[in-house]
Amino acid sequence: MLDTVIDIVAGTFMIVGCLMSLAAGIGMLRFPDLLSRLHAATKPQVLGLFLLLAALGLELRSWAVLPVLALAWLLQLLTAPVSAHMVGRAGYRTRHLKRETLIADELAAVVEAAEQREEAEHGRNGNRDRADFID
Amino acid sequence: MPMEQRLKDATDESGARQRATLRQELPLLAGMMLVWGALWQDFAIGNLVFGLLISLVLVRVFRLPPVILSGRFNVWRAAVFAGAFLRDVTLASFEVLYLAVFRGPRTTSAIITVTLRTESDLLVTFVGHVLTLVPGSYVVEVDRRTSTLYLHVLNVNDEAGVEKARAAVMMIEERLIRMMGTKEELAGLNAEKSAPGKEHGETP
Repeated sequence: MLDTVIDIVAGTFMIVGCLMSLAAGIGMLRFPDLLSRLHAATKPQVLGLFLLLAALGLELRSWAVLPVLALAWLLQLLTAPVSAHMVGRAGYRTRHLKRETLIADELAAVVEAAEQREEAEHGRNGNRDRADFID
Repeated sequence: MPMEQRLKDATDESGARQRATLRQELPLLAGMMLVWGALWQDFAIGNLVFGLLISLVLVRVFRLPPVILSGRFNVWRAAVFAGAFLRDVTLASFEVLYLAVFRGPRTTSAIITVTLRTESDLLVTFVGHVLTLVPGSYVVEVDRRTSTLYLHVLNVNDEAGVEKARAAVMMIEERLIRMMGTKEELAGLNAEKSAPGKEHGETP
């Protein structure tokens, strides 16, 4: 009886976990620009991997694998935001974004201020693609 | 950390390494020891001691800058934080799924500024990590001198949505300060809560 219940819970976890991968794929295709696609590319796996690992833990029915599964999830939690940040930062700085999909861009004012400061200090030069607006 | 020290660190380009003391490395060593145990699937004393020895050698050979801890950790608040985190991640994952399927190319977003209350590098990193893990927002840029995060937030349709996203980040920070912030940060947070009407997180 208990085995059946655990099997059903584990099966549900696996299906929902795979659904999260599907969400990532659909998001990559459907979202309008790089910055919003990043959400689909990096995030659903946080929950998806958690559910798949939880299903694995339930099915193996062994306490010894739990630390390894927890470790796998924690390492994912540590690395996913870093890659999202690096790609997002590079994408913004190289202007791979569609302005019309942004309701507000409060970083633009910072970039603008840095450009003006630069002009006041060094005079105007040709390079307008600033990559160092926050030091 | 005092403000002058922070500014000095932020502008320090000499490349000179700061050294961590053994006491500052203790949480790292304990963590590495547990990773060793998890990888071997063996938490016997002998194995853990061997893992600790390897960790000691590793932190001596590959030196890392010191992580300044607050000296406070509230286990109950940590449990509250973990529960809230799992709930946020679950809800937001389904929200992103809904957006991808039904809104798709018409999804609008915003880049917002959030100035955090804390001055600690560790807490700023933690807040950034946690809100990036919750689907729907990630950090585009960080200004370390002023503890300011610039976030990209998905599904923001108007000015009210911007304020809502800002409030959500301040909430994450509040939970983290209650869990592991310094006494001063906690006192500041309580003072702010008892004196309503004072807005935080606004752009200056």
